[in-house]
Amino acid sequence: MNSNSEPTAYNNRLGLKGWIYAGKYTFERYLYLGHRLSGMGLIAYMVLHIIETANRMRGVEAWEGLMALFASWPFKIIEYLLFAAAVFHALNGVRLLLTELGFFLGRPKEPVYPYSSSIKRHRPLTYIVMTLAGLIIILGGSSLFFP
Amino acid sequence: MSDKITTPREITFRVRRFDPDADSAPHWSEYRLDVHDGMTVLEALHQLKAEQEPTLSWRSSCRMGVCGSCGMFINDLPQLACQTQVLHLGTDVVTIAPLPNYDNVKDLVPNLEPLIEKHAAVKPYIIYLDQMEIDSPTGEFLQTPDEREAFSQFTFCIKCGLCLAACPTVATDPLFLGPQALAQAYRYTADNRDCGMKERIEAIDIFHGPYQCHLAGACSQACPKGVDPAFGIQLLKRALVLDSMGFGKKKSSVAKVVPLADVVKAIEEFAPPPRTVGK
Repeated sequence: MNSNSEPTAYNNRLGLKGWIYAGKYTFERYLYLGHRLSGMGLIAYMVLHIIETANRMRGVEAWEGLMALFASWPFKIIEYLLFAAAVFHALNGVRLLLTELGFFLGRPKEPVYPYSSSIKRHRPLTYIVMTLAGLIIILGGSSLFFP
Repeated sequence: MSDKITTPREITFRVRRFDPDADSAPHWSEYRLDVHDGMTVLEALHQLKAEQEPTLSWRSSCRMGVCGSCGMFINDLPQLACQTQVLHLGTDVVTIAPLPNYDNVKDLVPNLEPLIEKHAAVKPYIIYLDQMEIDSPTGEFLQTPDEREAFSQFTFCIKCGLCLAACPTVATDPLFLGPQALAQAYRYTADNRDCGMKERIEAIDIFHGPYQCHLAGACSQACPKGVDPAFGIQLLKRALVLDSMGFGKKKSSVAKVVPLADVVKAIEEFAPPPRTVGK
């Protein structure tokens, strides 16, 4: 029971859950999530990269010790994930850039049921870009793990 | 057609309930109902209210997908209750909750005020610079079918608010103008009778404006009228980019006013088609 005399509405904002959980929405909704997560990952890497390179100031031994740590398998996997995030973010970014300029979306037209949406119309572009990203990520992985 | 969507059977409805006078948080209640082929979620709610739960609250009006009042979160997707057939959902348990991303007033009733406020913020009307023409019209605006088609898709918005409930950006950024308002901003910007781009830019080209949209497409998936708000937002971004580069809509492209005398003359000269009935 509310203590105020005025009944209050319940805050039904989904918040982070509504951002992360793509549920029954279409493929592009999952790309939205991937784009934001990879973007945040790349920003976090940028900060860590500055901290990491600052270790050079602690002397040659400290630097070489850090480099040896980065050559280990767990860090190789993290490096690969970073590479995959960068490739996905860049190529999906190209798709977003093209669509933001109105390319591949078709032209506005009177909605007649069953409705066609710009999301479906630009799906061939989505598939091409994602296939390309997948190929680059696989090829990059093979050169990273099996040089 | 599979039996799953045509065979009448008993369906369990999990309805989210909230009474602001009695509850501090919502809770779920279950009801069972015999559902027949063609029965909509809205009809099921009416039957539940009449037979089992008289205090159940929701908002609805036209029952035919025109007024946009009965938007609800049905089986985890924002949909109009009057356009959603229960058996077509294909599940034996149907969950019904109020639209997310809006305050919940009671049971299935959302507070749609933010939707209306954002809609009003983008100046959803034709802005014409010639005040004399507005105050004392001398004629009619000229618009070709092609010019109308550039924006007509976006005029079908019924302001049901489903797109804001679906939008993942609205979920975390309450100030984001959202798909409905931004698509309407494009609708008026693309209208050749409008000269309000400069005025409208002040309202939309902000941090919480169209560039927060990363084309999740959930709004277009949810839209019950085929308005495709995500499309409107992308076209709006293009219009903003072109405008910032100096390629925006020039005043000279504004619809010409046809003198009233010419309109009257054209009507007088218009010959109706020959009668086909009652010759």
